[in-house]
Amino acid sequence: VAFAATGLRARTALAGTEETEKRILDFAGKAPESGKITLTAPEIAENGNTVPVSVKVDSAMSDDDRVVSVMIVADGNPNPEVATFHFTALSGAAAATTRIRLAQTQNVIAVAKMADGSVFMDKKEVKVTIGGCGG
Amino acid sequence: MAAAPKPRVKVPKTAKAGEVVLLKTLISHEMESGQRKDKDGNTIPRKIINKFSCEFNGEQVFSCDIDPAISANPYFEFSAKVNESGAFKFSWVDDDGSVYTDEQKIEVK
Amino acid sequence: GNWARAAAQQSLTESDLLDFQSFGNVTLVHVTDIHAQLVPIYFREPSVNLGIGAVAGLPPHVTGADLLKLYNIEPGSAHAYALTSVDFDALAKTYGRMGGFDRIATIVKRIRAERGDNMLLLDGGDTWQGSYTSLQTKGQDMVDAMNVLQPDAMTGHWEFTYGTDRVKELVESLPFSFLGGNIFDTEWDEPAFDAYKMFDRGGVKVAVIGQAFPYTPIANPRWMFPEWSFGIREEEVAKNVEAARAEGADLVVLLSHNGFDVDRALASRVKGIDVILSGHTHDALPEPLLVDKTLLVASGSHGKFVARLDLDVQGGELKGFRHRLIPVFSDVITPDADMAKLVSDLRAPYEAELKRELATTESLLYRRGNFNGTFDDMICQALLEVREADIALSPGFRWGTSVLPGQKITVEDVHSACAMTYPAVYRSSMSGQTIKDILEDVADNLFNKDPYYQQGGDMVRVGGMGYTINPDGAMGSRISDMTLLKTGESIDASRDYVVAGWASVNEGTEGPAIWDVVEEYLTQNPVVRLEENRSVKVVS
Ligand SMILES: [Mn+2]
Ligand SMILES: [Mn+2]
Repeated sequence: VAFAATGLRARTALAGTEETEKRILDFAGKAPESGKITLTAPEIAENGNTVPVSVKVDSAMSDDDRVVSVMIVADGNPNPEVATFHFTALSGAAAATTRIRLAQTQNVIAVAKMADGSVFMDKKEVKVTIGGCGG
Repeated sequence: MAAAPKPRVKVPKTAKAGEVVLLKTLISHEMESGQRKDKDGNTIPRKIINKFSCEFNGEQVFSCDIDPAISANPYFEFSAKVNESGAFKFSWVDDDGSVYTDEQKIEVK
Repeated sequence: GNWARAAAQQSLTESDLLDFQSFGNVTLVHVTDIHAQLVPIYFREPSVNLGIGAVAGLPPHVTGADLLKLYNIEPGSAHAYALTSVDFDALAKTYGRMGGFDRIATIVKRIRAERGDNMLLLDGGDTWQGSYTSLQTKGQDMVDAMNVLQPDAMTGHWEFTYGTDRVKELVESLPFSFLGGNIFDTEWDEPAFDAYKMFDRGGVKVAVIGQAFPYTPIANPRWMFPEWSFGIREEEVAKNVEAARAEGADLVVLLSHNGFDVDRALASRVKGIDVILSGHTHDALPEPLLVDKTLLVASGSHGKFVARLDLDVQGGELKGFRHRLIPVFSDVITPDADMAKLVSDLRAPYEAELKRELATTESLLYRRGNFNGTFDDMICQALLEVREADIALSPGFRWGTSVLPGQKITVEDVHSACAMTYPAVYRSSMSGQTIKDILEDVADNLFNKDPYYQQGGDMVRVGGMGYTINPDGAMGSRISDMTLLKTGESIDASRDYVVAGWASVNEGTEGPAIWDVVEEYLTQNPVVRLEENRSVKVVS
């Protein structure tokens, strides 16, 4: 088995679903719909200290069909906030990638705010594990 | 004390007018979250890059508000639509007020 | 078909195994998970290989008598011996060892002679690790032997445990492609290996896309190859399929080390792959499985089998196929003299050590099985006794050969179960809660209902304790009734126990090498006899 001989994980207070939802509502102003935004993250984190996360919004990035901001939150960290991207007409494509810290297995959520006020979200569970064995 | 943060960026040298190009940026930075404790049990104060932004010829392209959950050596990948030759200016704002910058030119053919 | 007829025969000839009516215009020859076994070996297939959720009871999760029935194979036949654990010790005496590079060379050369330029030889990885000589030569013996077979491409998993520098050195030396479309550099997230290669075979443009083991940095120490990131990266697979088609591919082959259930899910989600040559989970399937329009081929492990897949490709479409999973019976297939000489030369410097006898076993020693294997029972016993521990933990690897009752256990046998680059045996104190967390975590990596979260391999083996597992349970609730065997008491979440284990992925793990611990145990216990392991109870 491929795990640490030391303790598995620190026990800290976690953000939880309620606080995360509140943060989403503060950002979006209303409950987001599904669709338009795609969040890509690995099924299982190779390293919880640096997990690649990408967002892509289906948007022409024209004046009237444009994504303004995308907020990323994670519901199993001590605080849900991760980052907020701001796009402009010069962004060309509504897509961005960063690397984030995940304290444990949890949902990563991306919320997109469009120029017309509509909001969309996508969610993906990323597993943080000590590792399995090998075939 | 960690070494001074050092930005690195990947920008194509040339593009066609109106092309959407991919930009990649990294800055070496420990991103101390403010949630860790030292061996005496005292909280290690937060010190992160809290804002990243990219301009092209003085116009905003992309920016990011950053929380402590962003990994050490923050990485951002995004795109930009270039209509003319010019320079991208990248900046990273540290909690201690320092601003680190980098600049890369692109030629539009 | 051929399989059932051949299976009914008690005595096999080389032509029974190798005569094959060529079909179509392209032949794929697949070997995978050889785990550095250059010479013929005994290898008992698992008696327990659970499928979770939708794939419960479906191949490859059919074992023993059920497998014989499903594929219409005569019990007691050569093929029953090759494919199942039923009567293994008795049949092993009748049918002998399997595999060996000299026999594999005979098969490959014969197919190449028949098919000429219409053939591709593809290696699914886990080729360079798993034996004494591969560890001593850091994979060089396997590279030298494989090169003689002239593969067209390979991908990898355990290869990476030789570390970045050695992997780069070996890959650069290869006269063929090492493919991995899912391997990216951790700094700039750019492809670290070629994703695919185009071949022209029999007028057919064949694209071979490589897919390395997605969870290499989790199942193995990522500090040994920190600049590489893996993952399933389904969208990259789809992108590469599309790119290959755009480049004119008539046939798209995924040379995969995903594991079978991951490949089955991938085949249903990514369109346009004609054939997946599947590796990692060591399944030997006598027939390909069709998922939508994708053929899934699983070709076993340890050099026991060579798979031949003849394909008829017309106008960019796969029109038909003929397949055989050729069992490499070492007593039936004539060794290739050149390869035999090479293997003997490669082993010569180590021959005395390889043959050194450590003990005799009265029980069959094998590894495969979801929850335990007797070889691991012995390793756990060694960990408990030599390291004076309450509890032993041993990894659920699927590689490792078998030793028959009455045979000597040699240094080679021990290394075929232990040879790896992070062999340190740790001894540490863990709370009952930590031990439960470990078991739960590993169980979720094996039995997660979503195949994309499965890492292959088997459950961590335990010594000195028992537990009950419900594989269908949710994360954190599969394990119950943890008991310390020496006292019969429940394991207390808040109490600390002395735990010995090996193969930690953590950098800086200290302790003697596992093979030294096993050797010390065998010196003190020159006759090995294992009782049936009843310490893990499986419920649903
Ligand atoms: Mn393998
Ligand atoms: Mn493998």
